[in-house]
Amino acid sequence: MKKTFKLIDLDCANCAAKMEDAIKKLDGVTNATVSFMTQKMTIEADDAKFDEIVKQAVKVCKKVEPDCEIVLK
Amino acid sequence: MSRKQKKTLRRIIIAAIVFAIGIAMGIFYPESDGVMSPLFYVRTFLLIAAYLIAGFDVLLKAVRNILHGQVFDENFLMTIASIGAIIIGEYSEGAAVMIFYQVGELFQSVAVGKSRKSISDMMDINPESANVERNGEITETDPSEVQVGETVVIKPGERIPLDGVVIFGSGSLNTAALTGESTLRDVTEGDEVISGCVNTDGLLKIRVTKPYSDSTVSKILELVENSSTNKAKTENFITRFARVYTPIVVIGAVLLAVIPTVFIGLTSGEWQWSDWVYRALTFLVVSCPCALVISVPLSYFGGIGGASRHGIMIKGANYLEQLAKAKMFVFDKTGTLTKGSFSVTEKHPEGISENELLSLCAAAEQISNHPIAASVVKTAKAANANNEIPKAENAREIAGFGVEAEVDGKKIHAGNARLMKQIGLDITEYEAAGTVVYCAVNGVYRGYILVSDEIKEQSRSAISALKALGAEKTVMLTGDRKITAEKVAETIGLDEVKSQLLPDGKVKALEEIYEAKPPKSTLAYIGDGMNDAPSLARADVGIAMGALGSDAAIEAADIVLMNDNIENLPLSVRIARKTRRIVTENIVFALGVKAAVLVLAALGIGNMWLAVFADVGVAVLAIINAMRCMRITQQ
Repeated sequence: MKKTFKLIDLDCANCAAKMEDAIKKLDGVTNATVSFMTQKMTIEADDAKFDEIVKQAVKVCKKVEPDCEIVLK
Repeated sequence: MSRKQKKTLRRIIIAAIVFAIGIAMGIFYPESDGVMSPLFYVRTFLLIAAYLIAGFDVLLKAVRNILHGQVFDENFLMTIASIGAIIIGEYSEGAAVMIFYQVGELFQSVAVGKSRKSISDMMDINPESANVERNGEITETDPSEVQVGETVVIKPGERIPLDGVVIFGSGSLNTAALTGESTLRDVTEGDEVISGCVNTDGLLKIRVTKPYSDSTVSKILELVENSSTNKAKTENFITRFARVYTPIVVIGAVLLAVIPTVFIGLTSGEWQWSDWVYRALTFLVVSCPCALVISVPLSYFGGIGGASRHGIMIKGANYLEQLAKAKMFVFDKTGTLTKGSFSVTEKHPEGISENELLSLCAAAEQISNHPIAASVVKTAKAANANNEIPKAENAREIAGFGVEAEVDGKKIHAGNARLMKQIGLDITEYEAAGTVVYCAVNGVYRGYILVSDEIKEQSRSAISALKALGAEKTVMLTGDRKITAEKVAETIGLDEVKSQLLPDGKVKALEEIYEAKPPKSTLAYIGDGMNDAPSLARADVGIAMGALGSDAAIEAADIVLMNDNIENLPLSVRIARKTRRIVTENIVFALGVKAAVLVLAALGIGNMWLAVFADVGVAVLAIINAMRCMRITQQ
């Protein structure tokens, strides 16, 4: 499954790259991109564990950039 | 400015005022600087207060990131540099560096935000709402909630929210948002309309034929939004580079602080830390790779945004990068270089007028369903003022030969050379690019007309523009007969033709062309998305033309030219090249300035102020430069 999330207050391009790296390392994630330009995050991961992975992704992103908010719809 | 940015601005202003008072004290009461006096403590207090007001969040972030195991980030570097400055007694320097760093960061954040917004606005074709007619009442809803089969009302000036068919009214649609060309298309009841166009006049009611998620607008938006996920190689390189750059500079800083001091200390016996530590701290300030990490993707984003304004949709920065390197261009013929519709292109009468020849042929051909016959009839009708052609009697089609009919009492034969031979006429066969229709009246040969696929007016200029841009080879692939293909290629100015290809032969031909490709260059394939998806996929860059409303082409291609104008191809190449140039400029500029400052700092010439400029100043300049990618016009 592939899903895109909006990011609010992502203001550093370096952080975006770090977030991307961290999410890619999560178990079950096939691909992830954090776009500083469009302020969006795309996660591609196993269907079964998807919700769990998204939760973890939010956690790692908070670690990198606590000011950045991820809109979960 | 966002709320967060405004808050930062307020903080910077307060810090700057406190800082200014501290500096002023140093000027009016020189004794407060350096001498241990009450005034010295007041001044020091003011400067440290300014420092903390400006930079407490940086300090906090640095501590937090270290706890998370992320050591080398910009916050950490700024913290070490400024605290270091304070420890060696440079209070004003420490505070100033922090204030300037924050000003730069704020400026950078505003600039990036602005650029991002102006690019996104340009690409924004999203209809905000749809006026749906339900039970005789018009309600405004979200386009995604409208069902297929419902009726949507579009007032003049509004954007069509979903694909559909006009069921009431008529008007003119402006397709500028989709194709980049401001052309008006008249629509009336029964016509299909696509979302994203703007209704310029007249009230329209449409019956929705596709849900929002399948409508043209969302297909395009999806394409644009996903474009930033396909990163260019340069972009990935910069990210990797950033990861090693910072640690290297930090190690350099440590060495710079320790080695000379120890060396001088051991040789002369005097241990002078502050000078070399100051130089090392300056190192730290420039060690952030921000300018690169921001400006490279922003340049690509700008290029993609600028292209979209011309109706060129690029699916990712990587394709922009590939296109910039393209030296070979392979074209599909029909629909790409030619219009894909047949018409009469030449008339060679013998003993009768051109119009007479055309109308006689058309009159006879009326009964035939053959596409060639249909195009003869169409051309003849268009050539005639009252849109009419003579009636034919006793008409019959001779399969594989042509037609025979009586027009105004004259016996007409129209068809191929074999037909002429069959009725006993000895004619010289004419070799031409297209289908030749010979005509005989009452058994006397009266000339021929040539029906062929018309070449697009812009094809020739587009090819020469490509050559001017350094295209080494332009090739056309077609299933047409050799003679037709060669004639077309010659007219347009192509270097090579591969004709008589079966549909599956195109990819094979493409493979052969690949072998002659110059090293380090790429090959672009340009097709109309019909039957050539494999070729679009095989090429380094697949470009689909005239894709408005064709989902298959949008899927298969890497770059989509929304309108039918092939001149957008050289334009795309120019955008790709300009973007590449700006990316290179930014990389060279940012690294160059940083390297220069590192050298100056190591020699003790540069100070921390210079370093702050090298860090944030360069980032801002690079962002401004990146925005140039957006602006490019058709020559």
